[in-house]
Amino acid sequence: MKRIEAIALAAQAAAAQNALLVGNIGYPSRELFAVHDRPENFYMLGSMGLASSIGLGLALAQPEKKVIVLDGDGSVLMNLGTLATIAHHAPQNFLLVIQDNCCYGSTGSQPTCTHLGTDLAALAKAAGIKNVRKVERPGDLAEALLGKGVIVVKVEAGNATVPIISLSPKEIMERFSRCARQAMQLETR
Amino acid sequence: MQMNPSLAVYRGLKRASINLATSVPCVNLQELLALVENDEEIIHVPVTREEEGVGICAGAWMAGRRPALLMQNSGLGNSINALASLDMLYGIPLLMIISHRGGKDEPIIGQVPMGQLTVPLLDAMKIRHYSPSPETAEETVACAWEKAAEEKRPEAVLLDLDFWRAK
Repeated sequence: MKRIEAIALAAQAAAAQNALLVGNIGYPSRELFAVHDRPENFYMLGSMGLASSIGLGLALAQPEKKVIVLDGDGSVLMNLGTLATIAHHAPQNFLLVIQDNCCYGSTGSQPTCTHLGTDLAALAKAAGIKNVRKVERPGDLAEALLGKGVIVVKVEAGNATVPIISLSPKEIMERFSRCARQAMQLETR
Repeated sequence: MQMNPSLAVYRGLKRASINLATSVPCVNLQELLALVENDEEIIHVPVTREEEGVGICAGAWMAGRRPALLMQNSGLGNSINALASLDMLYGIPLLMIISHRGGKDEPIIGQVPMGQLTVPLLDAMKIRHYSPSPETAEETVACAWEKAAEEKRPEAVLLDLDFWRAK
């Protein structure tokens, strides 16, 4: 599966679940913006490694809203402590999707340690996270996106040809924050 | 009667209605961390590294919480990129309560380099910082949050060895 296909599935799942969605720095956020822009998307433009932390803060602050984070292998390796922190707070509304392409995709596809065999799903389990799934097929990913915990999804290396995000950081933050602050809308009859 | 330093900072957090705190401990923060941990109105998230705390606080603020990061000044070094390319880039406020080690009478030599660099680093980043006494800390902490929220920027309260000694 290409990463942009996995991102499209995650965006679709987020929209269907009225979830907040955090996009990782670099090409992943650009691909998300290109395939499925919503005000509920937060596009991370800096602070590499912190997508999962931003998502955890959102999930703890708004326990009734589902939060999905699109993270990457390189980024999680930069902030491995996040797995322990997530395990110990275990918010029921939080799902971390680690897209593992075994490389730093936005900087020239230099290999990460997952290329050499580091197993991020095993690390997440060892950190104490209860729900950890490894998936490779689109159908399995779509199903796993309904859950919580951590998904490690294998994706191909390489970036789609997509433009730079046309929103300013302030615009991204303000429209996202308005959505994040709304209490979950009750399904009306 | 002299004000207990930890209690003064805690009262400042309460006056600012801080309701989510991330922390990495310092020996001087232990009483304050216990007060925060036992406060049911504050979600306390101990983190493994200070930068993680900056991320959690940013997410929490976007979802409507009032966040603070409690740490030692060594953690400022671990947080610089996140303060700049997350909080300052998007305009996200943060209250940092920092135990400022490495100054006068510091017994641990390893604390000295970051102790001397703390104020220059904050100045270089144009992050306002305050050094209150226990008597003024409640007011200073509350005002620092108000300023941070108003201007959507990080603000720092620096609490050195003299501050914690003043019991």
